[in-house]
Amino acid sequence: MRVVVERVSKLYADRAGHTLRALDGIDLVVDAEEFVAVLGPSGCGKSTLLNLIAGLLAPSEGAIWLDGELSPGRAATAMVFQEFALFPWRTVQANVEFGLEEMGVAAAERARRARYQLDMTGLAGFETKYPHELSGGMRQRVGIARALAVGPAVLLMDEPFSALDAQTRQLMQEELLAIWERTRKTIVYVTHNIHEAVYMADRVVVLSRRPGRVLAEVKVELPRPRAEAMIAEPAFVHAVERIWSLIRDQAAQALRE
Amino acid sequence: MRIAVVNRAAFLTRPEYRGLRVVAVLGLVIAWEALARTGRVPVLFLPSPLGVLAEGWEMLRSGELLGHLTASLQRLVLGFALGGAAGVVVGVAVGFFAAAEAVGTPLLAATFPIPKIALLPLLILWLGLGEPSKVAVIALGVFFPMAINTFTGVRQADPLLMRAAVAFGARRWSVIRKVILPSALPMIFAGLRLGAGTALLLLVAAEMIAVESGIGFLVLHAGNLMQTTKLMVGIVVLSLLGVLSHWGLGWLERLAIPWRASS
Repeated sequence: MRVVVERVSKLYADRAGHTLRALDGIDLVVDAEEFVAVLGPSGCGKSTLLNLIAGLLAPSEGAIWLDGELSPGRAATAMVFQEFALFPWRTVQANVEFGLEEMGVAAAERARRARYQLDMTGLAGFETKYPHELSGGMRQRVGIARALAVGPAVLLMDEPFSALDAQTRQLMQEELLAIWERTRKTIVYVTHNIHEAVYMADRVVVLSRRPGRVLAEVKVELPRPRAEAMIAEPAFVHAVERIWSLIRDQAAQALRE
Repeated sequence: MRIAVVNRAAFLTRPEYRGLRVVAVLGLVIAWEALARTGRVPVLFLPSPLGVLAEGWEMLRSGELLGHLTASLQRLVLGFALGGAAGVVVGVAVGFFAAAEAVGTPLLAATFPIPKIALLPLLILWLGLGEPSKVAVIALGVFFPMAINTFTGVRQADPLLMRAAVAFGARRWSVIRKVILPSALPMIFAGLRLGAGTALLLLVAAEMIAVESGIGFLVLHAGNLMQTTKLMVGIVVLSLLGVLSHWGLGWLERLAIPWRASS
């Protein structure tokens, strides 16, 4: 499934009634089976872009569509949230089944599909736990399992690991890469972490500060599957330096505000 | 130089005086009993706790107490259920739908401050002297705290969770049922507790007018006949009703909100 974002702008009205331009003329194509990271300083509208693709917001200008075949019983998109956004009143299993419930999947089939994703994300044995009983890393595993359970053609991830501690984040990145190798989903991955973007993605789309525009698209010339040792390779270092030079001034500006 | 480091925040930790709780209750009863036994206060004004207990047992055996209790509980449960259900429905509607909020908020704000007892004569006029007016006044008393608490609970529902639900295909009704209602449940239970207090108050008030049964009638009637011990039995039963409803709601809350109880 391909994601096409064509000349998309998003305008907000602030409290004083002024119009704020969060995104300005974004053009972006994410190919099938491609892992694209959208990176930018805080306030660049990268989460807004993801919400637009998810259909949780409407663009003010431009159009967004998905291009490809969608087999029945599968969702077009699914989202993984920075703050996990698990339902506290649902057990792990019931959280993972949520999207399937809304799709009208029968109970037995729901349980089967949820169980499969729970096994795949290392959550076996935690089915009856409530989210508050889990660590941050385990909670986000539930978030990922919930998203994968609906069999999405496109996986949208909004800074999924930025609320985790550094060690957990590293491990979760590797798990996500393994999941991607296995499923080859189209992934749009929003982050503000340059290393993370380069380590995970095929291509990094760099956004400017508000109004968010595409500053550059940086292709990551690293082989798959990715390995931790690659962070020392020239291709990795170059990509990181290139991106940092692009957004350094913008980040400094944001700091002064 | 050696500077001793001690826990300066020790006084901030509050010890739990469990024993003292029991002593407080027992102390009151014993003091009361002792005062009654001195004979300085006539039984007409202050019957002894043991006397009240004996009278209560006698009334229980004769079936008198049970008759009053059943009549009261029927009114209480019916009024509570009607007012509670209406309160939740109105609270969700006003909290979720903008049009319902525009209509509901000023109406609730205008009617909420009316002391519900003042409406009793009006309700009797409309519904007659029988059961409906009694149930109605209790339902009204429960309705307002339930509607307002449900409204607040609905408003406190996390927008992120609503968006997450929508991201996974939930439509309006699913969001209400699967996100907003469970989010509002703790506030709904707080409303039930508030409602229980109001309901008891209105029950007694309603049973003091034109009825022949109920704990409120028992208290008023015994007072008129200067049967102070019987009156006290009524008051003790009422306070037991209050305590039991508090416990019962707490138990129900732990059952209905398991994701909180185990934290």
